[in-house]
Amino acid sequence: MMSLVYDGSWGGLLTCIFETYERKLQAVSVVRKQLYCPGFFNDCITVQADDRKAGRVLKGLRCNLSPAGFLGFYACYLSELPQMEEWLLAYTKLVFSLKNAECAFGNDTVLKVSQTARMVFRESHRMKGFVRFALTRDNIFYSEVEPDFNVLPLISGHFKQRFTDQQWLIYDKKRKYGIYYNLEEVTEVQFEPPSRVPAEHSGQIFAEPEMQYQKLWKEYFVSTDIESRKNTRLQLRHMPRRYWKYLIETRDQAPE
Amino acid sequence: MSERILEKLKILADAAKYDVSCASSGSNRKNNNKGLGNTGHGICHTYTSNGRCVSLLKILLTNFCIYDCAYCVSRKSNDIERAAFTVEEVVDLTINFYRRNYIEGLFLSSGIFRDADYTMERLVRIAKLLRTEHRFNGYIHLKSIPGASDELMYEAGLYADRLSVNIEIPTDRGLKLLAPEKDRKDMIRPMNYVKEGIIQNTEEKKIFARTPSFVPAGQSTQMIIGASGETDCDIMQSASRLYREFNLKRVYYSGYIPVSNDNRLPAIGSAVPLLRENRLYQADWLTRFYGFKVGELLNPSAPNLDADIDPKLSWALRNPAKFPVDINRADLHHILRVPGIGLISAKKIIAARRFQKLDWEHLKKLGVAVNRARYFVICRSREFERRNLSAMQIKQFILSGSQSKYLKDNPSQLSLF
Repeated sequence: MMSLVYDGSWGGLLTCIFETYERKLQAVSVVRKQLYCPGFFNDCITVQADDRKAGRVLKGLRCNLSPAGFLGFYACYLSELPQMEEWLLAYTKLVFSLKNAECAFGNDTVLKVSQTARMVFRESHRMKGFVRFALTRDNIFYSEVEPDFNVLPLISGHFKQRFTDQQWLIYDKKRKYGIYYNLEEVTEVQFEPPSRVPAEHSGQIFAEPEMQYQKLWKEYFVSTDIESRKNTRLQLRHMPRRYWKYLIETRDQAPE
Repeated sequence: MSERILEKLKILADAAKYDVSCASSGSNRKNNNKGLGNTGHGICHTYTSNGRCVSLLKILLTNFCIYDCAYCVSRKSNDIERAAFTVEEVVDLTINFYRRNYIEGLFLSSGIFRDADYTMERLVRIAKLLRTEHRFNGYIHLKSIPGASDELMYEAGLYADRLSVNIEIPTDRGLKLLAPEKDRKDMIRPMNYVKEGIIQNTEEKKIFARTPSFVPAGQSTQMIIGASGETDCDIMQSASRLYREFNLKRVYYSGYIPVSNDNRLPAIGSAVPLLRENRLYQADWLTRFYGFKVGELLNPSAPNLDADIDPKLSWALRNPAKFPVDINRADLHHILRVPGIGLISAKKIIAARRFQKLDWEHLKKLGVAVNRARYFVICRSREFERRNLSAMQIKQFILSGSQSKYLKDNPSQLSLF
């Protein structure tokens, strides 16, 4: 059994796929550095991301998948699930050998990849709604999120098109990076997140009217509810509790 | 900004919440002018404790009203607090909520003060201000005020993404009883005008690419159910007529929430007909996406939908001759009619069977509700339902194997003696 160890990057994964073909590896597993644990009977190769090799795999995938299928492949990578590499490697082999393979939902690998992609798309769609900006004193609309999957790359285009005339920053607390829009373009930024700001200091960080709008929004959230139609189960299905602490209107009821 | 705005928001959001529509999809407004916002697929920003999504800032401009419709919380004779927003206040709230990503846009309705045109003119002015001065490209849903003039409707259509008039009571008889001052014709006229406008706009767009859009997300309407004793058949027929004659995007069904002690209506405290509402939406979906005709689901001899099973299953049980359907051969149209198979699974089945014959295991993995579908399909397996079951038996088997979310809340225990 051969293990290809890579750094977890998109280019790295594509390079690993290239290597399995290049070296004609049969029994092979691709693992992220963070998840790799050496086995007694295992050989291991560390793979560095290589633009040329990755580019060739990318080109092949684009040729053999529909645009939606390709996006699904990328979304599956963003899921960061432990078995993601295994599925994508098997999927690639299938895609290169069978015409229109992305529609063969009877195949376990195809189904798994399409289901994982759906999970990721669902969360990226949710995040488009659940991001809450707060206007800071230095005129940046700031938001913190903690999605299950690494969805920031999927939503940055949406926010760029929508909020063209304001600076914004969305920070992923779980993965410790953010995307920042400076009125021109979106860039990835890394910094140590501010720890939770106590309410009495929030005035120093956020602009004057910010707290008032938050109050208005909370009021709206309560007023638009209809008591006699209470259906908490439905609410939780659409908005699971793990998101609540980042939403202004539900923050007070969120589990710690 | 003051406490007063907070108070107004409280009153006017509370009064607007009985409007169900919160859709923000269907329009495709681009942010080309370096302005604020765009529209596209609908996005839900939060969910209230009744599980409904909040996508738009849904408020009334005012809850002062000259009408006295029995079913409405803002009716003239109701002793409630009244308030009115100024144009600037609505604009400011919309822009600032939007910038913080709380909402997709504005849903603006109003009580009718002075007369229809006076009210409509205010609504249009807000939409215009948002679009022109603030270069706002988010979603705007305006209520068409029954009886408003064509000129105002035209202007509204240029700024809004969606317009809607609420039919409220599905039958003319019910309307006469509960809202004697209102005339059905006044509701139909703006709907008709908008429909014609959209058709004309589509034609013009074919010739001049730069023609400004007119109500790009179309029209919708809402019916209150359970307020005037109408049957499901009345409701669905009325809905299908609206879809057909006015090209509506959506008809919303809103279970009547008791807000009045009027003896023409269900008393305060009586339950909201949630289950009935759910069944009507299921029937609505079947007619719009699954190729069913209203007549197949409901007819004068069975004017109401089954409460304990969904309308598709109910249809299937009444039409045993149409089954079993062969999953590996039948066309999409027939597969869609199988209980337990939805739109997405049906399409996946069609795609997947080109590669291999499908069996039960495949169906389960594709997301088909096999516990329901197994009585109606055959696939690549020797295990299928051979017994000659009656409709009643199938219904019993399915019901015993599943637990309705509506029945769970009020279990009826058998008495021992």
